[in-house]
Amino acid sequence: MSGEREDVIEIPDAVHSPDVSLPPSPDDLSPLAIDTKLVERWLVEFLRSEILRRRFEYVVVGLSGGVDSSLTATLCRHALGADAVKGFLLPYRTSSQESRDHALLLADGLGIETREIDITDAVDGYAERFEAGMSDHRRGNVAARQRMIVLFDQAAKLDALPVGTGNKSERLLGYFTWHADDTPPINPLGDLFKVQVWELARAIGIPEEIVEKPASADLIHGQTDEEDLGVSYAEADLILHHLLSGYPADQLEEFGFDAAKIDMVRQRLEGTHWKRHLPTVPMLSSTAIGEWYLRPVDY
Amino acid sequence: MKLNLAICQFRPVKADVEASLAEAARVFERLEAMTPRPDMLVFPETALTGYFLEGGVREHAMTAERMLERLNGLYLSGTARPADALLEVVIGFFELYRDRVYNSAFCARLGEDPAILHIHRKVFLPTYGVFQEERFVDPGHTVRAFDTSWGRAAILICEDVFHSLSSTLAALDGAQLILVPSASPARGFEPGPGVPGNVVRWDRVLRTIAEEHGVFVAAVQILGFEGGKAFPGGSVVFGPRGEAIARAPLWEEALLGMRLDLRDISAARVGGPLLADLERALPGLLLHRPRGTEGGRPSGHEPEGSS
Repeated sequence: MSGEREDVIEIPDAVHSPDVSLPPSPDDLSPLAIDTKLVERWLVEFLRSEILRRRFEYVVVGLSGGVDSSLTATLCRHALGADAVKGFLLPYRTSSQESRDHALLLADGLGIETREIDITDAVDGYAERFEAGMSDHRRGNVAARQRMIVLFDQAAKLDALPVGTGNKSERLLGYFTWHADDTPPINPLGDLFKVQVWELARAIGIPEEIVEKPASADLIHGQTDEEDLGVSYAEADLILHHLLSGYPADQLEEFGFDAAKIDMVRQRLEGTHWKRHLPTVPMLSSTAIGEWYLRPVDY
Repeated sequence: MKLNLAICQFRPVKADVEASLAEAARVFERLEAMTPRPDMLVFPETALTGYFLEGGVREHAMTAERMLERLNGLYLSGTARPADALLEVVIGFFELYRDRVYNSAFCARLGEDPAILHIHRKVFLPTYGVFQEERFVDPGHTVRAFDTSWGRAAILICEDVFHSLSSTLAALDGAQLILVPSASPARGFEPGPGVPGNVVRWDRVLRTIAEEHGVFVAAVQILGFEGGKAFPGGSVVFGPRGEAIARAPLWEEALLGMRLDLRDISAARVGGPLLADLERALPGLLLHRPRGTEGGRPSGHEPEGSS
């Protein structure tokens, strides 16, 4: 562009007005609303930039049939093209047929290559042989870590980058297996609450049966996240949003939020800070990594 | 007087000054194809390294003299440049000065007789939230306008411009064009404006400055991702009536040229002589200025309850 006064795209005057901030209300989900077009572009640019900067051409994504991995794979496809995205179905013997169907439905729609690797023998080789009677909770963690073992090994084989699928809600609530779901080096959905993931997934065209089904870790038949947590994602996300924005719990209660739900969300949030950090290292020197020796990840 | 201005929404090669300089040299070459040929080219803040270097700033800091030498060498080696052609360039970089590191931007004349016209060291170092500047660089202490081949300019870097006092000082010192090399990480994705929330805020702040003082304002942003933080662009130039003259696209590199007619400044100030009003009122305001506050209350004053 050159010359005198070109046509300039104007940002509408309305957006120059100061933001009107209403007090939080349990009935007002508008603070969680997103500009889906903007967020889609933002995340696609992020993926393209991060993957190319790390000198990869391919990514591997574990496809559970759920909305998080479906959206992640779709964004990867938009960023890099279908040939670059390798989807992995990693079922355990208790995984549902519906999960498998939905993963394949998504992959077919995107035109991405998939491979199915059943992790039952790997998990049960430990669980059944050495730890008979293992609780479902422990078994779920073993399965989640086994999935990452496979995903990282396939990434090494294919010279690909593993892409994570965890959302902000599960990260803040600690509702994930440490050093499993949170392991991949890049994670495009990590700053989106679950309701925002759903909103983006609908806008981006993820099949309805994937978006509209209840969220589930699919560790036990019929289990859903919201039953597990004792609160809906819409409620938890709104409480989390306001807590992180600086509203104290007692003030949220005055605004009409349910005291028991605030308490539950806050306990989960405050009890899981450790899960959002790398292991704690005793600082012995003034060159301790991450304490004194500070270099960014892309340095 | 007219100024042919070019702004470059530039993607640094992270922590690699040499590779970034090579990209800058390509921009110099592209200038020669622009009509009219720019008199001044503006790059963003930390253009040759990227913004988030943490403890790495010292490893990539250089003196202003060395920066001039490097830029001028690249400029003179350009094959498309007409003989004797000059260029004034503004660029942000981590500056080594008297054994300290600053987040600086200078204006330099490139050509057969190179010279540094002005160095601005960022005064307001954001150290909150995602920002950690004050841990790693020292603050500058002055805001000054300076003379160029076409008129008078001032440089403010990123947060400097969010303090209305900075642009006021620049305008009072005669700046006709306030240049704002910046690196603003995007945040905010509410429906409505179609751009990140920080881009909306930048727009509001810059437009207000241009309108209040009757000056041109040019904010130039770096581009790219650094450790998950997006620099989406949104570089913009406003005229002295608050009108948008040029706007770079989001997510893309851009080299925008425009002709600024500096006569617009006096025309705008006839209609809205706010700067002249301020000049008249300022001595009185300074004489009766507040003596500072502590915890939101005037310090060293009467106890609560007195009046």
